[in-house]
Amino acid sequence: MSATPTTAAAPVHTDEHYLAMDLLRFTTAGSVDDGKSTLIGRLLYDSKAIFEDTLENLERVTEQRGEETLNLALLTDGLRAEREQGITIDVAYRYFATPKRKFIIADTPGHIQYTRNMVTGASTANLAIILIDARKGVIEQTCRHSFIASLLGIPHVVVAVNKMDLVDFSEARFNEIVAQYSEFASRLNIADIKFIPISALHGDNVVENSTRTPWYHGGSLLYTLETVYIGSDHNHIDPRFSIQTVIRPNNDAHHDFRGFAGRVAGGVFKPGDEIVSLPSGLPAVIKSIHGPEGELAEAFAPMSVAITLDREIDSSRGDLFAKPNNQPAVTQDIEAMICWFAPAKLNPGGKYILRHATRETKCAVKAVRYKVNINTLHKNTEDLSIGMNDIGRIHVRTAVPLMIDSYKRNRTTGSFILIEEFSNATVGAGMIMWTEGSERGQTEQFADMGGL
Amino acid sequence: MSSYNLTHLSQLEHEAIFVLREVAAQFERPALLFSGGKDSIVMARLAQKAFAPAKLPFPLVHVDTGHNFPEAIEYRDWFAEDVGARLVVRYVADSIKAGRCQEEKGPNPSRNGLQTVTLLDTIEEFKYDACLGGARRDEEKARAKERFFSHRDEFGQWDPKNQRPELWNLFNGRKNQGEHFRVFPLSNWTEMDVWQYIAREKLKIPSIYFSHQRRVVNRNGVLLAESPYITLLDGEHYEERTVRYRTVGDSTCTGAVESPASTLAEIIQEVASARQTERGTRADDKRSESAMEDRKKAGYF
Repeated sequence: MSATPTTAAAPVHTDEHYLAMDLLRFTTAGSVDDGKSTLIGRLLYDSKAIFEDTLENLERVTEQRGEETLNLALLTDGLRAEREQGITIDVAYRYFATPKRKFIIADTPGHIQYTRNMVTGASTANLAIILIDARKGVIEQTCRHSFIASLLGIPHVVVAVNKMDLVDFSEARFNEIVAQYSEFASRLNIADIKFIPISALHGDNVVENSTRTPWYHGGSLLYTLETVYIGSDHNHIDPRFSIQTVIRPNNDAHHDFRGFAGRVAGGVFKPGDEIVSLPSGLPAVIKSIHGPEGELAEAFAPMSVAITLDREIDSSRGDLFAKPNNQPAVTQDIEAMICWFAPAKLNPGGKYILRHATRETKCAVKAVRYKVNINTLHKNTEDLSIGMNDIGRIHVRTAVPLMIDSYKRNRTTGSFILIEEFSNATVGAGMIMWTEGSERGQTEQFADMGGL
Repeated sequence: MSSYNLTHLSQLEHEAIFVLREVAAQFERPALLFSGGKDSIVMARLAQKAFAPAKLPFPLVHVDTGHNFPEAIEYRDWFAEDVGARLVVRYVADSIKAGRCQEEKGPNPSRNGLQTVTLLDTIEEFKYDACLGGARRDEEKARAKERFFSHRDEFGQWDPKNQRPELWNLFNGRKNQGEHFRVFPLSNWTEMDVWQYIAREKLKIPSIYFSHQRRVVNRNGVLLAESPYITLLDGEHYEERTVRYRTVGDSTCTGAVESPASTLAEIIQEVASARQTERGTRADDKRSESAMEDRKKAGYF
């Protein structure tokens, strides 16, 4: 229990470094035996994110359970039921930092019955690590994970070909897998794919480049995570701002202050800009923008700000500011891909609560178009029952209009959740494909959804 | 500014403000749980920013065990007055008097678990439908599974195996009568982020976080401060050490660390090189592998 103030801190935490660091959120999907836990354990350990007491505790528990090698999965299995059953049930979030970046890992179980967890973890990720066992090559599970990464619009995928030590660090084997994967991935919609030969167990190409793969000229996995360019992951083109709440101080100093509080979902807003409030269509001009550190010259995604206008207009929670020449579709009819979370199947014709951006409305599922076989990407139009962990395409009609973009264009204005009315459970996650009327007939929009 | 990039600390700040505003918009009677500890100080600061120039739209609520450090209580009262917030304090001692719960036996009886009773009674008394907490996912493995919006049933219980999935930034705060939510805006922050934010914002914090002289007893590797609530066992004795606190909980279960760090910059250096988790000083977590999960299920913070 002694403090260690005498040890000099790593450069990672000097103020200038730390305050200038950016943030990468990534997801890892895999099953017990593909080395996912070993890989995460190694990244955490090598970046000193595992503390001594955690490690000692891990050793103690591993020994108690009569296991021979340190069970790194116990690090992420936080719930009693998970430890008892030796499986990961839920998404676990882990944190580590290097001198270049801070990282948030959404660690999700990879089995098909946990598709919903993979989808959840992927929804906020900039990058996905897909693990392939070098001995097995591209298998069904690889396709499933890649499809989900593509469907959820993750811009960067790192294919880590693991267990290279078991194939003698063979360049030929690596190239074979790269070719296999590239052929499959050409059907998907992933902007940036990188391949890295690794051995998570021995650390080859995880933190430092391995001497055992002289034929590999790319960066190590950690180097890739530290340097992948994420500056353009947010939409800075289409101005979108959903109102969360209206700030009215009601005191003498700020008598006339009326700030529309919310988070920028896309584009750039500046004082003097003309905006249009939707769905009413009322125009106004931005007077000022207030951020956490005071007044701002501009606001962009994902900033939380308060916007004041030059005139009084009737806008409140659920409304959206866009610009006159760049507006989302305003519609009650939505075509979307849905991932189902609940044990009870989706009820075709059933009514649900739909939450989109800051707006909540009743909706009815008008049609199920098809169900996706997430291992083969085959569209099934015969069996239209959407049960837990299934993904399919639906048509929804909402009670009030929503201001939407396609998910491909904007992850915030293009996504929604469905809530079961009586239990209040979140039962489905939707990614908007296109809108009845406005974008109909643009078939490329379909092709954008995870390759379907 | 024209690069449209935000530093990680700014991203966390904007995320927390978004969550705080969702709470104000989705709930009728929210409250902010405020202990005078560093996490709740950061959360309250973010809440100020989220609704500026208006005042905090929720009261500060504290469950006082009676075993708190006086420095933290002093700070709590000063802070509430400084930000002009309403402060609601409820006492574990009152719950014991009313027969709602019983004092633990033993050489350092903890009121840590008893707080749950008082907290749930307070929530019922004021009909709070959402309580904001400063807990972080990096603190403890059961917390790593926690949602931003965490549902509690009519008995105040957490059901970790049946949590609502949280996608994108869509938070489902719908509930039935009598149920409530715990909301954690700092979910994605680490101990280091919290200290860096305190430094960046030049926030005042209670003096016990800085190095000072204190009489402590070493019990099972935890340095417990001298207090009337601790009975020395055979062979134990108090001795003066140079210490500070990494977390602020009850004096009966929160250990000090030996440290000369007397400025924020020194604390940050110390946190950076620390090889022990922050909650390593918490005797309450050491009771079992699932101590936190079990307490959280029952309705703990």
